Amino acid sequence: MSDITPSQTVGPFFAYGLAPHSRCDWQPSKDYDSKETVSANLITPDATGTKIHIEGSILDGDGKPINDAMIEIWQADAQGRYAHARGEKPRPNAKFTGFGRSATDKQGVYSFDTVKPGMVPGPAGKPQAPHIVVCIFSRGMLRQIYTRIYFADEAANSADPILAMVPADRRATLIAHKEMRGELPVYRFDIRVQGENETVFFDI
Amino acid sequence: MTYMYPRESLNVYPKHLSPEYKSTVKRSPSKPLIIVPHTLSELTGPAFGHDAVQEGDNDLTKQHKGEPLGERIIVHGHVYDEDKRPIADTLVEIWQANACGRYVHNVDQHPAPLDPNFTGAGRAVTDKNGHYRFVTVKPGAYPWGNHPNAWRPNHIHFSVFGQSFVTRLVTQMYFPGDPLFPFDPIFNSVTDEKARLRMVSSFDLDNTIPDWALCFRFDIVLRGREQTPVNVEKH
Repeated sequence: MSDITPSQTVGPFFAYGLAPHSRCDWQPSKDYDSKETVSANLITPDATGTKIHIEGSILDGDGKPINDAMIEIWQADAQGRYAHARGEKPRPNAKFTGFGRSATDKQGVYSFDTVKPGMVPGPAGKPQAPHIVVCIFSRGMLRQIYTRIYFADEAANSADPILAMVPADRRATLIAHKEMRGELPVYRFDIRVQGENETVFFDI
Repeated sequence: MTYMYPRESLNVYPKHLSPEYKSTVKRSPSKPLIIVPHTLSELTGPAFGHDAVQEGDNDLTKQHKGEPLGERIIVHGHVYDEDKRPIADTLVEIWQANACGRYVHNVDQHPAPLDPNFTGAGRAVTDKNGHYRFVTVKPGAYPWGNHPNAWRPNHIHFSVFGQSFVTRLVTQMYFPGDPLFPFDPIFNSVTDEKARLRMVSSFDLDNTIPDWALCFRFDIVLRGREQTPVNVEKH
């Protein structure tokens, strides 16, 4: 038996601690403020690549929006490099962390501003299609659940080794679809926690 | 050093669906999770240096003009991996109710007062020995709507990162000897007793500061063992 510390739910009141300047309206008055450590805006001045906006709703088993969820994302930069502590990271993009956090609002909507990630190495030397790892927390979740965002306009999806492990009829739940908002590409990625069209979640 | 993250370590976690905690019923996946190999995307994770926190971020009693009401306490401990090696330079974030059991959040309607001198959020980065330390006040217990006369035991919420995105942990630290333990479905969602008790801090008399504050110790163990050639062959 392992000795790890068990997980517990993030509960409904995390926003002032973990995502104080995100989409959640938590503040009873201006007397209470809190420092934001991790932002929903990942774009740094030195970030190269295509700037994109990602947004979506998170829905429970009744299709109701989850208005107290927190979504975290972890991604490579546009050149397909992770800003990991143990890796030497050549410039450009030295300031791009690839980590973001968004609380949902009353409508259960989360959003991020970031850059589209590049391809990254995968198992057995096979490259992985551009993707973002997503970690979801909320009241009613005693442990986090992981999924991935892939991009509908990437031909590499068809050869991605992780997507290939997902039953074909469920792969669509992992694909974000692009629409243009003026000049800005917006990728829509809804998360259905349970039930019809349930999003694929990964056991990692 | 290369890490491996055995999935069996997660056996002590609560089940996604734990019906005694009613909110899990509609918020747990109903289809089996898909097991995937740990790729570079999972084996890497966000890095936080000491610039992620500023001096004083770990003292929740000094964020306002005056001092908060309640019992001042020190909460400290180490963050380890499964081989009991310290995890340095990792971000530890906490948030909690005030001494009356009230959170600074519009959704919290518990009829207990907010404290104008207490927000209840703090952060620290572990030192080279994996050590973190906070100064705060002991949070109050509070009622919630899960079942008739439901009360949460006193607890502080913890968020920790570790070596990669698979070591990410959000948990709650409890206080020793809480009479509410037997009645709390969140605490008891961890069914293994030894594992459950790892979420309970211990009273730390040695690090109590006389005439100033009591102290509680809470060590955190994240996923991750050293990868050795032996393990590779076994699998």
